[in-house]
Amino acid sequence: MSDGDAPPTAGEPELVQLLTPDGERVTHPEYDVDFTDEELRGLYRDLVVIRKLDAEATALQRQGELGLWASLLGQEAAQVGSGRALRPQDMVFPTYREHGVLYCRGIDPIKPFGLFRGVEHGGLDPHENKFNMYTIVIGAQTLHATGYAMGVAMDGKVGTDDGEAVIAYFGDGASSQGDVNEAFVWSSVFNAPVVFFCQNNQFAISAPADRQTRVPLFHRAAGFGFPGVRVDGNDVLACYAVTRRALDDARHGQGPSLIEAYTYRMGAHTTSDDPTRYRIASEVQAWQGKDPILRLRRYLERLGAADEPYFASIDDDAAHQAVTLRERVLAMPDPEPLSMFDHVYAEPSPVVEAERAEFATYLATFATGGQHG
Amino acid sequence: MTLLTLGKALNEGLRRAMEADPKVLIMGEDVGKLGGVFRITDGLQKDFGEQRVFDTPLAESGIVGTAVGLAIRGYRPVCEIQFDGFVYPAYDQIVSQVAKLHYRSGGRVRLPIVIRIPYGGGIGAVEHHSESPEAYFAHTAGLKVVTCADALDAYWMIQQAIASDDPVVFLEPKRRYWEKAEVPTGARLDDAFPLHASRVVRPGRHATIIAYGPMVRTAMEAADAAATEGRELEVIDLRSLSPLDLDPVYESVRRTGRAIVVHEAPRSGGLGGEVAAQVTQECFYSLEAPVLRVTGFDTPYPPARLEDEYLPDLDRILDAVDRTGEW
Repeated sequence: MSDGDAPPTAGEPELVQLLTPDGERVTHPEYDVDFTDEELRGLYRDLVVIRKLDAEATALQRQGELGLWASLLGQEAAQVGSGRALRPQDMVFPTYREHGVLYCRGIDPIKPFGLFRGVEHGGLDPHENKFNMYTIVIGAQTLHATGYAMGVAMDGKVGTDDGEAVIAYFGDGASSQGDVNEAFVWSSVFNAPVVFFCQNNQFAISAPADRQTRVPLFHRAAGFGFPGVRVDGNDVLACYAVTRRALDDARHGQGPSLIEAYTYRMGAHTTSDDPTRYRIASEVQAWQGKDPILRLRRYLERLGAADEPYFASIDDDAAHQAVTLRERVLAMPDPEPLSMFDHVYAEPSPVVEAERAEFATYLATFATGGQHG
Repeated sequence: MTLLTLGKALNEGLRRAMEADPKVLIMGEDVGKLGGVFRITDGLQKDFGEQRVFDTPLAESGIVGTAVGLAIRGYRPVCEIQFDGFVYPAYDQIVSQVAKLHYRSGGRVRLPIVIRIPYGGGIGAVEHHSESPEAYFAHTAGLKVVTCADALDAYWMIQQAIASDDPVVFLEPKRRYWEKAEVPTGARLDDAFPLHASRVVRPGRHATIIAYGPMVRTAMEAADAAATEGRELEVIDLRSLSPLDLDPVYESVRRTGRAIVVHEAPRSGGLGGEVAAQVTQECFYSLEAPVLRVTGFDTPYPPARLEDEYLPDLDRILDAVDRTGEW
């Protein structure tokens, strides 16, 4: 097959970009937002803090304090840009890597640590901060987001500036899942106010994105009957602008859309993964040149909106937050054995209660009263 | 009292649930204008509108997965899965999401979802239309699993399932859809027999037959036949498969000393094994014989021309009664 016959690839063209890797502000005819210096500094601060907390989490796992950690390293701009584009009434359905979005929703960043330390399953009230439980089964949450968005429409909460929009996060690997494709079908035929935000970080553990698709992922939207756009996922300004537009379209009743945030997972899939087995260092180095934090820093410097003492103060603050987080993680108590029987059902189950009582009786036969150690 | 078929009783029960709570939705394949392939939702879209009773795309995982989102939004979705053999594309959503979200969230997320599934054989259908998947769901913590055996229970149990704050897999014995019973449609839901309770449907003293769903009638017919030979079989309808309510079973077996569990589903790993284990544990000194099982075989559901051989029937139940009596 000659090059001329080659199928379109999942490569890099057609990126919406507002900030080049060198920190140069560029415009886009369709997607643009004016940011005040204060807003730019706020985005910078978010990026630095979540990267620092993420690094602390990885360290905690290496020291045996977490069972696992799914690092967001490299994806900070995609998460902060989209997370800050949300309005208070908008609802988030995350994967298990959206620590940055969670942070932007104003949720205590300790929240995912219970899950990864193994002391709980990460329970949170989705209505309190408009952020749902982490979802580990790949793609399942896109259907939940779609159903929730159908409910928003049924409630008549679309069509105005105060309308509600829903955002579903997923990745390039999830794009192959049946659930994701069903979510596309459903959202389309029901015109549900949902934005599908795909962080294409180039890898589903070890499988490169071209094992999931031979067309750019955002092109798939057309086949389902709604708009798709690819944005530079390492450009926090572009991610913000594109997501804000998609959410506003949804809340105004224009239905679903797909955003492909083209980025790169700089770390491992999780702390259990070894990316040196399946990718080359030069590729990682190339993406380091597109770092989301560095480019915003260069832009802030270029604008004169921030200086060295300011950047140092942000670093200090992030480091302080990381220390606090570490202390709180280490102080997380192990759950009581009998708590495993809690909340299996909303209404009491005689079977579960009988097993709880049976196990309590068994535990009571130990001198320690069932406490390990 | 109104004489209703089991299918019509479900229809009337759904109607009452929709009248009682505006958050109740009905969703599934062909549930709208057509009224479902078995007409269980007949007329409901016409009376409650296309927003509350709607046809979905043909994708079972989508039906259940979007129901999760609708439930998080505050709705009470009733999903129709068209046939037993078509529930498996939704299996991940049911087992990993529907069953676990309340637990994972520490009780913060409730999913009052009902998943209706016509199940079981006996209608001469092609493959994938006659299966009994109850054990898959009863084995999953976080789900409640119930099955009705007659029109009376159909009418009340569907309303109770919809009113439940837990997800309920609601299994409908499709071969019994056309069987009639008197239903007190004017009575109060609060006065109905509890959803998660088993019930003695025929008293007897020589052996206890434990059945549910489509096999309750078969067990009753076996008891009729046995009575002509002077043997009195007690028949218990389990009704709730998760949680199981076995106290009435223990009480019965302590009197009869003999127990036979009957279900259409294959034997190995089925509900019959669980009932047998628990009866053995609780009634060990009363048992005159091991607990026997009369079930479908450990084969895929056979072609329809063989289903009369595959399905437990009156003769196979009586054969088991003979065997338990001779132990």
